Amino acid sequence: MRTRHAAVATGVALVLAVTACSSDPADPTTDADTTGGELVIWVDPNRAGVLAQFQDQIEADLGVSLVIEEHPPDDLQSTFVTASQQGAGPDVTVGAHDWIGNLVRNGTVDPVQLSDPALAEFPEVAIEAVTFEGQTYGVPYALENLALIRNTELAPDAPATIEELVETGQQLQDSGDASEIMCLQVGDQGDTYHIYPLFTSGGGYLFGTTADGTWDPSDLGVDSDASKAAFEQIRELGEAGVGALKRSISGDNAIPTFTDGDCAFLVSGPWAVNDVKEAGIEYDITPVPPFEAGDTAEPFVGAQTFFVASRGENKAVAQEFVANYLTSTELAVALYEAEPRPPALTSALEQVQSADPDLAKFIEAAEYGSPMPSIPEMAAIWGPFGTAQAAIIGGADVDEALDAAAQAIAEQID
Amino acid sequence: MARESLAGPVTPAPPGGGRRRRRGGGDLSRVEAPVTATGLAAKALLLGVVAALAIWAAFPLIEARSWIGLSILAVTTVGIFYLYLSRRHIPAKYLLPGTLFLIAFQLFPVLYTASTAFTNFGDGHRGSQDEAIVSIQTASVRQVPGSAEYALSIATTGDPASGQLSFLVRDPATGEVFAGDQDGLSPLPADQVSVGLDGRITEAPGYTVLNAGQASARSHEITNLAVPTDQGAILASGLSRAYEGRAQRAYEAACDCVVDTDTGQRWYADQERGSFVSEDGDRLVPGWRVNVGFDNFTRVLTDPRVSGPFLETLVWNFAFAFGSVAFSFALGVFFALALQHERLRGRALYRVLLVLPYAMPAFAMLLVWRDMFNTDFGLINRLFGWSVDWMGGEWTARGSLLLVNTWLGYPYMFLITTGALQSIPKELTEAARIDGAGPWHAFRRVTLPLLMVALTPLLIASFAFNFNNFNAVYLVSGGGPFPPDSPLAGATDLLITYTYRLAFGGAGAQYGFAAAISVYIFLIVAVVSAIAFRRTRAQEEVWR
Repeated sequence: MRTRHAAVATGVALVLAVTACSSDPADPTTDADTTGGELVIWVDPNRAGVLAQFQDQIEADLGVSLVIEEHPPDDLQSTFVTASQQGAGPDVTVGAHDWIGNLVRNGTVDPVQLSDPALAEFPEVAIEAVTFEGQTYGVPYALENLALIRNTELAPDAPATIEELVETGQQLQDSGDASEIMCLQVGDQGDTYHIYPLFTSGGGYLFGTTADGTWDPSDLGVDSDASKAAFEQIRELGEAGVGALKRSISGDNAIPTFTDGDCAFLVSGPWAVNDVKEAGIEYDITPVPPFEAGDTAEPFVGAQTFFVASRGENKAVAQEFVANYLTSTELAVALYEAEPRPPALTSALEQVQSADPDLAKFIEAAEYGSPMPSIPEMAAIWGPFGTAQAAIIGGADVDEALDAAAQAIAEQID
Repeated sequence: MARESLAGPVTPAPPGGGRRRRRGGGDLSRVEAPVTATGLAAKALLLGVVAALAIWAAFPLIEARSWIGLSILAVTTVGIFYLYLSRRHIPAKYLLPGTLFLIAFQLFPVLYTASTAFTNFGDGHRGSQDEAIVSIQTASVRQVPGSAEYALSIATTGDPASGQLSFLVRDPATGEVFAGDQDGLSPLPADQVSVGLDGRITEAPGYTVLNAGQASARSHEITNLAVPTDQGAILASGLSRAYEGRAQRAYEAACDCVVDTDTGQRWYADQERGSFVSEDGDRLVPGWRVNVGFDNFTRVLTDPRVSGPFLETLVWNFAFAFGSVAFSFALGVFFALALQHERLRGRALYRVLLVLPYAMPAFAMLLVWRDMFNTDFGLINRLFGWSVDWMGGEWTARGSLLLVNTWLGYPYMFLITTGALQSIPKELTEAARIDGAGPWHAFRRVTLPLLMVALTPLLIASFAFNFNNFNAVYLVSGGGPFPPDSPLAGATDLLITYTYRLAFGGAGAQYGFAAAISVYIFLIVAVVSAIAFRRTRAQEEVWR
């Protein structure tokens, strides 16, 4: 109880002081137990190792002892929210930028004020990704997006359109060189993330945008005519059509099927590249092609982000670490080396991409993309949209499936 | 599947337990146990552990000023000491540890779940109103447009650890230097100030510039220090930069509302919904946790988009639990009887082979089965040359699940049946044979009824377990296939997987609502089990 009142007192004091309504703000709280401070960071195991390499330097520079706690990436968000709520959370955590809506809705992260020179260090799409309701929440350090990974032995030329891709795939199928036209994971419950480039190329959209460019959850595009037209084209590619998209290809077998040489085209992200290399496949990476008569195929762009926890014990140090320390090229390069995702920091990207041409190709594909919506309403999309997608690829009626999905989503949003 | 039920809720009284009570509870308390040195040492050690645990638990309770919790702790500890130091109350000595664990690990979670069901606890409504106010205000602090960004040094007047904190700031564009504290900003004499390579002030007259460690130690104060200016206030962004910012939203206690200082828009606290809501219905995030009474419970029954799938799911849930138990039991009994046959050779080997599924981790096996059901790449379709869309069809998915669950469950049934068969005297079946009964008739009339007396409680436990068999459904079918017209509840969803999706998926966590459904599940399982146990007892009376 005491801590809660103290928090309110300081919160109110902050606002009073900040709005200059009062010349006599309450005493700043002095908690004796912060001496010898600790900076607790929650990360997934890959990044934990990298941060550990910099531990001594970070400790010396920031004057704290650094505690790096590993958490499995799948549960990190919910663990973080629950722990923060109980006051047992970290000072800094790492996660995907699309967590922001939910984290803000639960009051668990603070905005990070980046200086103009710092902002200029990042590509626009990365800053756009971490911006929510006009504030930047956290610092992006790596970008990830889908692209088309192609087995160049099977398909020497990059297809300019989906139709071309399907044609090549069918030829390979007929000649027995490949069993599948393409590997794009769908699964029994659909996969919104992976279908999104085709969905946008067909003209579909999930949420509209307001005049100032932010997502508008009241304009739900799932059952719009444009989205239905997009899904008519996707249905043609599905099991009732040419069979390029199949529910039997899921997140579990899409990459292995490609590395086994059973399909010439894989739609996946930077995380697939290691497997492809290990399988010894000759490959090339190009943007996901659009439909012949379609718009650009936009993949979702995700930004892995460092967040400052609003209930952290050591917020000033956390802010310093995230806003002024993470923007170092050296750290960004090391993080890249632990897991080859394109660094968000432009200077770091420039440094590593000469040795790793794949990165530049993913970044090129990202230029066609748009940041994944980070509004909390996005959480309502995944389930129903995926279900509709799986049903349509399985041959269901487009109107019926999308109308039902839109209704289910709208009911969850209100 | 059923394996957990061994350790699980099987402990309720054995059939007819009510009548065997005379065995316990006698005059044990008058028996004087001999005192031994090891006994004393063990007692001292255990009581020491209790004392240590109590002290360890007391600190956070004192810190949180939870006096009720503290008194419960004190009473419990004193009670334990009294009980084990006295030489009386011997039965209580045996009962107490179990009772305490029962309260801590069974009763408390159930009560906690039940109490959560009466709140709107979930994403967006986690903390208190006070916490929500702090979050709303902090999130609305923005840099004043066109204002300077400063290089910041943290300094104190006097002792680094306790002196009054000040911000020494330098405008990199103009080179102007200032000192700021809670009373405001004042210019520093530029010629007496030293500036480091990074543009930050390293020395200023009258101030002690803190190093990183000293500054970090006062992190809380740095976060909370706002140096008032005309436009707003100078705030630290970390330890090396400061900016001029202003909170756009402020809480006013007088109207219990949040006011936008730019537009004057107001959001009033709505204690029924736990949010600040404006007149045009706009809600601020985060909200807070409030009591919603029976709303969550009535929503399950009255909201058509919940009650529809709820009832449908309930029917399948019964079918799944009943089917899993019935099929695996039938198969288990069949194998057990087959392996009873004395002329069968290599029985030991067969038994080992039969319990193999039971010995494998269910988690991994479920995933393997899921892959085997894949339409194009799955073993089953490839083996038979079929192209069945196992997980895509309502009934094929349900059938597959039952098949998998039967496969996982029959070894358990096989084991317990084998065990129970040993205890049925052969004379009974032989007598039946002599009376002219065929093998089937003898089994049906003699063996099976006797088996059921021993096994029914285990079957009920197995039913209760399968009623909430989350893993089997979640890992194999994920609840799907989902009909396009209700994408929230799938054909193979159990209530528990449906609840899980509500609580942790979809549009964010809804713990309150999920807890209400859990309470319903609890009631259903409790009622079914109670009826089943009653009937078992009646059955036993008949066969007696």
